[in-house]
Formats: sequence, C-alpha cells, structure tokens
Amino acid sequence: MATRQEVVAVDSPRVWRAAAGLRSRPVVIALLGIGALVVALVLGVGMGSVAIVPGETIGILGHRLLGLDIAGRWSEASETIVMDLRLPRVLTAMIVGTGLAVAGATFQGLLRNPLADPYVLGTASGAALGAAIAVLIPVRIVVLEFGLLHGFAFIGALAAVYTVYRLAHSGGLAPLTSLLLTGYAVGSLLAAGLAMAMYLSGAALNQIFSYLLGGFDGSSWVRLAGAAPLIILGGTAIMLRARSINGMLLGEETAGHLGIDVPRERAILLALASLVTAAAVAVSGLIGFVGLVVPHVVRMLVGPSARLVLPLSAIGGAALLTFADLAARMLGEIPVGVVTAVIGAPFFLVLLRRVRAGYEL
Amino acid sequence: MSRPAIRLAGVDVRYRERAALRNVDLEIATGERVALIGGNGAGKSTLLRVAVGTLGPSAGGVELLGQSIDVLDRMAVARRVAVVPQAATLPFATRVEEVVGLGRIPHEDPFRGARASDRAAIAAAIERVGVGHLLGRDARELSLGERQLVLIAMAVAQAAPILILDEPTVHLDLRHQVGTMDLLVDLNERDGTTVVAVLHDLTLAAHFFPRLVLLDHGCVVADGNPSEVLTPDRIRDVFGVDPALVRLGA
Repeated sequence: MATRQEVVAVDSPRVWRAAAGLRSRPVVIALLGIGALVVALVLGVGMGSVAIVPGETIGILGHRLLGLDIAGRWSEASETIVMDLRLPRVLTAMIVGTGLAVAGATFQGLLRNPLADPYVLGTASGAALGAAIAVLIPVRIVVLEFGLLHGFAFIGALAAVYTVYRLAHSGGLAPLTSLLLTGYAVGSLLAAGLAMAMYLSGAALNQIFSYLLGGFDGSSWVRLAGAAPLIILGGTAIMLRARSINGMLLGEETAGHLGIDVPRERAILLALASLVTAAAVAVSGLIGFVGLVVPHVVRMLVGPSARLVLPLSAIGGAALLTFADLAARMLGEIPVGVVTAVIGAPFFLVLLRRVRAGYEL
Repeated sequence: MSRPAIRLAGVDVRYRERAALRNVDLEIATGERVALIGGNGAGKSTLLRVAVGTLGPSAGGVELLGQSIDVLDRMAVARRVAVVPQAATLPFATRVEEVVGLGRIPHEDPFRGARASDRAAIAAAIERVGVGHLLGRDARELSLGERQLVLIAMAVAQAAPILILDEPTVHLDLRHQVGTMDLLVDLNERDGTTVVAVLHDLTLAAHFFPRLVLLDHGCVVADGNPSEVLTPDRIRDVFGVDPALVRLGA
C-alpha cells in the first residue's frame, strides 16, 4: 500500500491554533464551574431555617469530611443539622443534577436532536406511572429507607425505555426517527395510565403530585448511597465512550465510516443514559429543564465535542440544581422543578439571543 | 506488484427480491482514479457501500488492500477507506475545524482524544484542501461548495489510502464542480490516494477520470478509459438518451 501522504509545510499559526485548541476556554470554564459548585455546597449547607455562617459550615465540613481542624467552634446542633439534614440533601441535588445533565447530553448527541432531554424515550412517564401505582397499592414496605415508590419509579423508567427500544427496532423506519416516534407514542400511553391512576388516587393525589414536581426534601444518606453509584458509574462509562458520541455528529452513516460500530454503541449508550436517568428520578422525582438546557449552554461555550460537553455538563448540572434547591428551600419548600424552569428558561433565552448568529435549534 | 486497493469477487447483493448487484468482479489498483457511472438504480451506491463494509454482500467477497473485509473491524476499515459524506447535517453549531477533526476518530486515543499527531493531521488537511479561510465559522452556515470542501478535508484528515465519494458534485455550480474535480485529481496524483467516485455527469467523469466503470442493472457492462466506455451505442442503450447530448470533447 503505497500511501505517499505528502508532508505539507504548515506555517500558518492560525491553522495550528484552530487545529490544536479548538476553543481555548474549557479549562477556565471547568474551574469556574467547580468554583460555583463549592459556593453552592457551602451556601446550600449553611442556609435554611437555622442559618449557619459560612465559616462554621466550612469548619464542620472540613472536620467531618476531610479530617481537618481548620478553625472555630460550633454547636452540636449545628453539626447535626449540617451532617444529617443538609449535606445529604445538597449532595443528592448535586448528583441528580449531574445525572440529568449527562443523560441529557447523551440523548441529544445520540438522537442528534437538540430538543431531546433525559425523558425523551419515556423514562419520565414510566417513572411517574410506577410511582403512582406504588402510591395506590395499600401496602407500605420500606427497605433501607427506600419505599415502594422509589423502587417502582426506577423500574418503571427502565421498563418504559426498554419497551420503546424493542418496539422501535421491529418497524421499518430509520432507527432514530423510529425511536423518537415510538418514545412519544409509549409516553402518551403511559401518561394516560398516570392520569387514570391520579383519578383513582383520591386522598393520595397529593403524594403523586409532589413526586411529579420533584424535590429533595426526603433526602438521606441511605437514599443518596442508592442513587450515587449508579449515576457516577453510569456517567463515567458514558464519558469513556465520548468518541462514539462525537462520531455520530454527522449522522449514523458517517459514524460507521469513521469506524464506530453504530448499533452496538447506540444500544450501550442508550442503556447507560437510561440507567442514570432512572436512578436520578427515583430519588428526586421528575425535575425538568436541567437535562435539556445545561448541555446546550455548555456547547455554546466550548463547542459540540462530547469529551468536553459531558464532564462540563456534569459540573454545570450539579451547580444549577444545587442553587435551584437552595432557592426552593428559601421560598418555603416550593417544588424544585418550578425553580429550575423559572431560573433556567429566562437564562437560556438570554443566551440564545446573545449568540443567535452562531447557534440555532 | 502491489495489492489492489479494492477487490470485489463475484459480489451479489439483493434487497428482498430485487438484485442490486449481480456477480460483480472489480479490481481497483492502489493509486488509481476511477469513476463509477450508470443510471439511477444501476447499483453504483450499493457497490460503494459493499466496498466499505456498511452493506454485506449476499455472495462473493470484498478485499481492502489485500485483506478480506470480514476480518477487519470497523476502525481498521476506517483507517483504510475514507468516505466523504453525501448530505451531512449537523444538529449543533460546529466549527469548520471541529468537523475536519472528526476525521481523526479512527486514529485518536479512544479515551484521551486527539494527540499532537492528530492535531498536525487536522492542520495539514485544512491547508491541503485550502479551507483555512473558513476556520472558526459554523459549518452549517457555509455555502454548499464550501461545505463540500470541508467534508473532503475531513476525509483527508482521516489519512486513509483510499478515498470514496458518492456524487461529490451534486448541487454544486460549475465552478465548484470543476474545483472539486481538480482537488480529487491533485489528491490522487500528488499524494497517491486511490480515488473512487460515483459521478452522474459523464462529461466531468470523462474529463477528470482515466478509468470509468459503467454499471447497468447491477452488472459491470463496461470498464476502461473514457473513449472505450462511452461509445454512442452504450450511451443510447444504458442511459436511453441521444449520444449527441453527451459531448466528451477531445
């Protein structure tokens, strides 16, 4: 094979910079994101009905998490509030935000659809119906702080995606179109089931409704320990496959020409993203907007490469949801989904207007 | 004797009942420049898809650079053959250099991404194809002619010894058609890249390609230089038009 790939003298520094740096800001953006995350942690743990000053918060966190005796003294009550109530809640918000943002970025990249979010293939309606059925069953089982509701929501989400995936592959449509349309159809069917369950629920309606709106007020270390490994491992596994998501940028056929085994990678990534979403919705309920908006904001800043979009979305999703939960608490425990929409939508609209020249949905 | 770049032996492809390729034998040597011509549905695109392994033949075998495609994984195929995408749409704003960079996917480290050698290849491809003036622009805002060049640059960055194009001049105006052809000739003659293109425009094919392969109803009906292949009788038989409509020039 005589490939005389000619050595071309490249002397234009602009070409080199473009080829090397892509966009030069990802590290800065990552540092800013991590900074925001730390601020969110300290504020999220400190603020509430009993305010704990940041110095005290940092002291408690440093002592209990890192074993450092930084400074100051604090009451035992403060330590209990921080460690048993607020810290698990803040960390749950962070991990759920990470999961939703990474899953959203994955679904958008795989389905090549800017309007995709973690719920696009039926996870949300599956989880909601599962939760509603759990509420209707007059049996209360609690295993390690996980009730029937969490279990059914998790199983419902995965069962819905599995059904969509199987049904989508039996038709004659192009795989992506088929997935989206099947997701829509199955989602509608499950929504009908949910409406029926809510109609029958009577006094339990409130419980179903509060699940649908999402929130972190029931957070605990044990529940966090249930969801976090799935989200962290699933998210990491997705990030290790960033190359496959990048390959699909120009379509599945081109992905094949670039060496990606498309059917296999599509199945693996859909399964991982669905697992992450199911773990998130099982502990937090349905929280919208994070999974849709965060990946877009990140792409506007650093471009479409999944190697950057996935980790930066993880940081951004965690920060956004922590601040949203903080705001929800300060406003008297309103549903966090309301807050994400109220903060997220105007912010997104402003960004869209500013960069309209280079960005279109 | 070097191994042929692409070898198809006794290839049959059927879509349900219809035969898309029948017993096709084709050998393309390393460094050749070959145009596949024929009417709609003659099997040209099917032949390309079989040659790059996205479609498995019902019978027969395919070899790339002397190795059966059955034993090569997708990444190994992608390091041998680069395919210029036909109608590429981008779901997100993507800069020109980021599109070109996709060509390095078969070479880059799967976990760590592009290395210095990848970045050098991206820069070289941008210079080679002459799209440096488009850097920083969203690839979705380019004209069709510019987009075609960027997609060719992506395939050049892939640094595969074989380059495949399916109707690269479709939708382009005459100036960009000729520009694209000149670039293919240059990549073939200076870099030694084997170029195989499906072309509808017989005039362009005859002018820029020393070897034409004419397909009709899934069979190779003629194979040789333009004057051997494009005889008035064949143009009448295969394309069903008056041969005077196709001026092949000197």
